Amino acid sequence: MKQSTSSFSIVGSSKAKTLTERIAARIFLVCGVFAILAVVLITAYMIIQGAPALGQVGIGEILLGTVWKPTAADPSFGILYIILTSIIGTALALVIGVPIGLFTAIFLSEVAPKRLVKIVKPIIELLAGIPSVVYGLVGLLVLNPLMYKLEMAVFKGSTTHQWTGGANLLCAVLVLAIMILPTVINISQSALEAVPRDYRMTSLALGATKIQTIFHVTLPAAKSGIATAVVLGVGRAIGEAMAITMVAGNSVNLPLPFNSVRFLTTAMVSEMSYSSGLHRKVLFTIGLVLFAFIMVINLVLSRIMKKGAQDADK
Amino acid sequence: MQTNSIYIKKKHPSDAVLTGLIYLCALISIFIVVGIIVYVFVRGVGQIDWTFLTTVKSSKNGTYGIAGNLLNTLYIIIITLLIATPLGVGAAIYLNEYAKPGRLVRAIEFTTETLSGIPSIIFGMFGMVFFGTTLGLGYSILTGALTLTLLILPLITRNTQEALRTVPDSYRSGALGIGATKWYMIRTILLPSAMPGIITGVILAIGRIVGESAALIFTAGSGYFLPKSIGGAFSKILESGGTLTIEMYLRMTNAEYDAAFGIAVVLLVIVLFINALTKFLTKRFDVTRLDERRKKKSK
Repeated sequence: MKQSTSSFSIVGSSKAKTLTERIAARIFLVCGVFAILAVVLITAYMIIQGAPALGQVGIGEILLGTVWKPTAADPSFGILYIILTSIIGTALALVIGVPIGLFTAIFLSEVAPKRLVKIVKPIIELLAGIPSVVYGLVGLLVLNPLMYKLEMAVFKGSTTHQWTGGANLLCAVLVLAIMILPTVINISQSALEAVPRDYRMTSLALGATKIQTIFHVTLPAAKSGIATAVVLGVGRAIGEAMAITMVAGNSVNLPLPFNSVRFLTTAMVSEMSYSSGLHRKVLFTIGLVLFAFIMVINLVLSRIMKKGAQDADK
Repeated sequence: MQTNSIYIKKKHPSDAVLTGLIYLCALISIFIVVGIIVYVFVRGVGQIDWTFLTTVKSSKNGTYGIAGNLLNTLYIIIITLLIATPLGVGAAIYLNEYAKPGRLVRAIEFTTETLSGIPSIIFGMFGMVFFGTTLGLGYSILTGALTLTLLILPLITRNTQEALRTVPDSYRSGALGIGATKWYMIRTILLPSAMPGIITGVILAIGRIVGESAALIFTAGSGYFLPKSIGGAFSKILESGGTLTIEMYLRMTNAEYDAAFGIAVVLLVIVLFINALTKFLTKRFDVTRLDERRKKKSK
């Protein structure tokens, strides 16, 4: 019988094969390192693009200034209100979104019968897939008119109020609260489901009611997972751009509920296309501020996860 | 009289309130999802007809269709996946099969995590300056696709890693034991077994790309023309092309709400389809469940 010379033999060890092996290992290494390269490049570019304006205009003037007139003859680039809007907008979105999301997660993991979960869970998962522009459109045509009615009711007869037609901080906050729901629900539900059954059984056996068990035993046991959910929600809310561009009114103001406001993200979306020179550089500074926020959130997140893993080991 | 008996249920008014709140919040969540989807369909379905899907915006012909944007979306999906899938799968193979735990692995995992947390508008700014200006690609479909590659990379890496983890170790030792080299083992045993998981990741990535807007508006631009020749179909890659979401955003800013709702319906149909497909795939190919099914059968 003729000896097979097929290169498909898995037994032989020709030189060509060891070379292929080595090349394969190299290629996979390069793919792996690509993520590091990407993050380093993005960080470097954000700093290179965003930092010069801080020097040119002055750090204090940009970060603590409240007047945003980038195209005026004597331009001024204060972004304090923009930063505050992002912080307060995100905080308010959490105040609304986290309780609703957490309670929904409790419903799915602790209260609802399995059959109902099978129907409700896929429906709620759809929230994560809806594109942000669609949230923007619905917010613009459903929430804005409602907010306008509310505004008219609150500021009836006021002569000093700047009318926004409903495009205000509150509207953007509601849209953001809805957009963080899927994140909060999903992560908290997995956290709750990861709590060992024994905990619940022990608590119930000691005479606690179901609700007492949920709020005094299960929730505290799942706290690091829920903290993760909240932090991820913060990241989602502070980074969202397109959905709130349409509904926030988009003028630079102090972030009060019925003021037309501009977020870090919407500042970039609305002016990037026609900006140039120093104005463009300052827009990148805004990007850098947002990037700094995100990096802090990432660090907090990895801290929480590490702590959660340690607690689980105990 | 004994009041502390465990046989008599004590009434807890706070329990009733909390139970009510739990149901209320669940109802709110469901109402929001169903409300948004129904509202968009009711307002948008009437907009969709054959001309809407097959024409481009043109004041000369009086048409305002989205054919060009549909094509752009398809282009961006295909090019992004062509670049991101090998990279993401390769990274996952490196992390799971080659790397020894240590600094490098921690760095890769941390940066992958970081990438998935960076907001898309930052990717958009970076893509505009790096791919658009530094590499000189300008506003083009390629710039958009390269930017989105960074965005979906973590998604594909994660899903492939997950899939590789479900492949039993006995497969690996079996292949290596009969003398297969590592790459041969990966190519013929691991990748086919992990394929459903990889495909699920790719489909999720398609969903992400279809819905993305902030990362594309400053990278891929807003062109909406169809290529006129075969050569044009290739050079289109280097031309500006707005996806469905970008077109929808632009129509919104022009107060063309009817057309915007039409596009929203198209987007939602794609999203719903992708959702159903991933559900189907994960159920069908879940390795652990397959094993359970086999066990049940053998009983």
